[in-house]
Amino acid sequence: MTRKQRRLTMIGGALVVLGIAIALVLNALRDSIVFFSTPQMVAEKHIPAGKRFRLGGLVEPGSLVRGDHMAVTFKIADGSNALSVAYKGILPDLFREGQGVVAEGALDSSGVFKADTVLAKHDETYMPKDVADALKKQGHWKDDYEKAGKKPDGDAKPMQGASR
Amino acid sequence: MIAEAGHYALVLALALALIQSTVPMIGARLRDPVLMNVARSTALAQLLFVGLSFGALVLLHVISDFSVANVYENSHSLKPLIYKITGVWGNHEGSMLLWVSILALFGGLVALFGNNLPLSLRANALGVQGWVSTAFYLFILLTSNPFLRLVNPPLEGRDLNPVLQDPGLAIHPPMLYLGYVGFSISFSFAIAALIEGRIDAAWARWVRPWTLMAWMFLTLGIAMGSYWAYYELGWGGWWFWDPVENASLMPWLAGTALLHSAVVMEKRNALKVWTVLLAILTFSLSLLGTFLVRSGVLTSVHAFATDPTRGVFILLILCVFIGGSLSLYAWRASSLKQGGLFAPISREGALVLNNLLLTTACATVFIGTLYPLGLEVLTGERISVGAPFFNLTFAPLFVPLLLALPFGPLLAWKRGDIAGAAQRLYAAGIVALVSIAVLWAWVRGGSAFAPLAIGLAVFVIIGALTDIAERSMLFRMPLSIALRRARGLPRASWGTMFAHVGVGVALIGIVCETTWNTELISTLKPGDVAKVAGYELKLDDISQRQGPNFGEMLAHFTVSEGGKMIGVMTPSKRSFSTRAMSTTEAALMSRGVSQLYISLGDTAASGAIAVRIYHKPMVLLIWFGPLLMAFGGLLSLSDRRLRVGAPKPAKASRSLQPAE
Repeated sequence: MTRKQRRLTMIGGALVVLGIAIALVLNALRDSIVFFSTPQMVAEKHIPAGKRFRLGGLVEPGSLVRGDHMAVTFKIADGSNALSVAYKGILPDLFREGQGVVAEGALDSSGVFKADTVLAKHDETYMPKDVADALKKQGHWKDDYEKAGKKPDGDAKPMQGASR
Repeated sequence: MIAEAGHYALVLALALALIQSTVPMIGARLRDPVLMNVARSTALAQLLFVGLSFGALVLLHVISDFSVANVYENSHSLKPLIYKITGVWGNHEGSMLLWVSILALFGGLVALFGNNLPLSLRANALGVQGWVSTAFYLFILLTSNPFLRLVNPPLEGRDLNPVLQDPGLAIHPPMLYLGYVGFSISFSFAIAALIEGRIDAAWARWVRPWTLMAWMFLTLGIAMGSYWAYYELGWGGWWFWDPVENASLMPWLAGTALLHSAVVMEKRNALKVWTVLLAILTFSLSLLGTFLVRSGVLTSVHAFATDPTRGVFILLILCVFIGGSLSLYAWRASSLKQGGLFAPISREGALVLNNLLLTTACATVFIGTLYPLGLEVLTGERISVGAPFFNLTFAPLFVPLLLALPFGPLLAWKRGDIAGAAQRLYAAGIVALVSIAVLWAWVRGGSAFAPLAIGLAVFVIIGALTDIAERSMLFRMPLSIALRRARGLPRASWGTMFAHVGVGVALIGIVCETTWNTELISTLKPGDVAKVAGYELKLDDISQRQGPNFGEMLAHFTVSEGGKMIGVMTPSKRSFSTRAMSTTEAALMSRGVSQLYISLGDTAASGAIAVRIYHKPMVLLIWFGPLLMAFGGLLSLSDRRLRVGAPKPAKASRSLQPAE
């Protein structure tokens, strides 16, 4: 092989690998990303049952009901709307009524959000990022969240969660 | 007084860094040995002063001086001593101080052991180190000063985040930073080479031990962090594809590529331009990781926008160093002479493939980590990119990498014989196929994925062993001669073998854990028995206990297998009153390399307690793999040819010039 041919083989090989990688990334971005919504956005947008998304808001005080076999239901509210959430399993340590949470799952046919993952953070004053942003936008933001939420510690794993 | 002294020492270190970043480089320009030698003394003095500054902060934490804001916010007088010390780097300001201390440490090491370097190369490299230190000293002093005093000193501190009160914190961040920051050395050498416009095989020989050392620490740091998350977070996951984890994985992937391309450069004087680029990219990714973790951009793009001082400062550092070094690269790279031709099928070719796949995999992680941030800034739409994305992109790129891995060391330099290499890998291939068949029969038509992946891991492991067997002529010579030959092999060959075996071992652990782990979530009352994977776990009772700065609820389990008791496990839940937080302390029991894992949930009014019990087969292999890799790195580092500080005249490298 001449120098030129060798170089062409190399470049060709590199392009093939890059092409495959780009195809993989585009494919994965289409299929595997999950969007974030608040109860209000759910009410407005009409998300079809079975489509996975993340639901964020505050756990409505007084809405937490524990059933048999660790089934729990609670409502996630964002000030204007609330959505019922059903979850089975152990909730994270910092799950509390009135606190911000993010749940991942999908709506079932009756409009209840079936969560398979519930995330809360390791800090009593923490507000998940998505929730804080959404609340700010809607004007439900209170200043005391802000003071407290501003000390992220990067070496800590930012989320604590429970999933089934 | 201590705080002021620490602050003052840090300012002095900044002044020294400023001298280090200018005088030696001017000296290199003017070829003035006196000016060039300034680099050595300033680097050592800088290390001394930043060390004093760091020591002052540690002392303030140990004596619980709550008049210092940093101590007040992160410490508590009742905290055990070890967490008072580790709490120093459990917060933003302290961890940045640790960052610069390690940077100064590496600078000092180059100054101490770099006596055999050409004077101008050392001056330029230490000068570049000086720039990096200057930027980070300014960052600390202007935006994150750990020595600030409070006007009205409180009597008690706010305590360290309980999740961080764990021995894991003592080791994980320093290891990670030794890795991150260690790559600054290869970066500085690369920039120095670009400034001088001269680079040769000897350069690679000087850079490689530093890269190897940084890579070892980063490997251990990542593995340690993963094990910490596994036992501390209480839900048995060991890798979450969380942006903070990705921030450390990206420099690791690029650093692994750099390690391999530096071999080509050292042995064959080829791939120079590419190696320099990789050295720049690896440290750039380390800086990016620091930015992601330290600027608060991950917590919220909006928090970043509303309180931008720190974030913007690091972003600025990032832009100056990455932009500057890449521009310098674009401008000067063409002046580096190309050397060492090779055929596509050759050891060099295999290493190029390795580099290609590793950097591409690194790029997919990069996209997955930054795409959500970019999308939010541009459109305001919020998405999460999680494990599914990485499983679909990262994993497929690793399959060809692992398939090709055993071939690499068996191919000859310059022009390899793929058929010959394949022939020598017959045994490895057959063992791999047999293990696939056996596993498939054993799981009886379950998912084909796990047996295939384990077969691949077996192929990698046996392939790595084959290389050593071939080199020592095992099975072809009498055993005694083969053993003698094996002993005589360069340590670097043994290092390669251990590192490659480590990859296979980790893969087996990952596949077994994800495919065959058993999980049981249930509520138990004292006296109840849970059955998981052939083990019976009986909840005996629940008790309370008072720790130094927390209250603890312990659940006592007796574990038996086939009616025979094999041990007790006591998972617990701690509640820390100062921060009104609780943490879950999982209980682990190792059975061989598999583990039983119990963590506690809520207590119901009836006295029953929610528990999560996992059986995780082969899970320990996930961390044994990286340990083997790091051990391989250590062996390579002790190889004669790379020994740090061993006198190695530049003349020796002439003989390495390519024949063509």
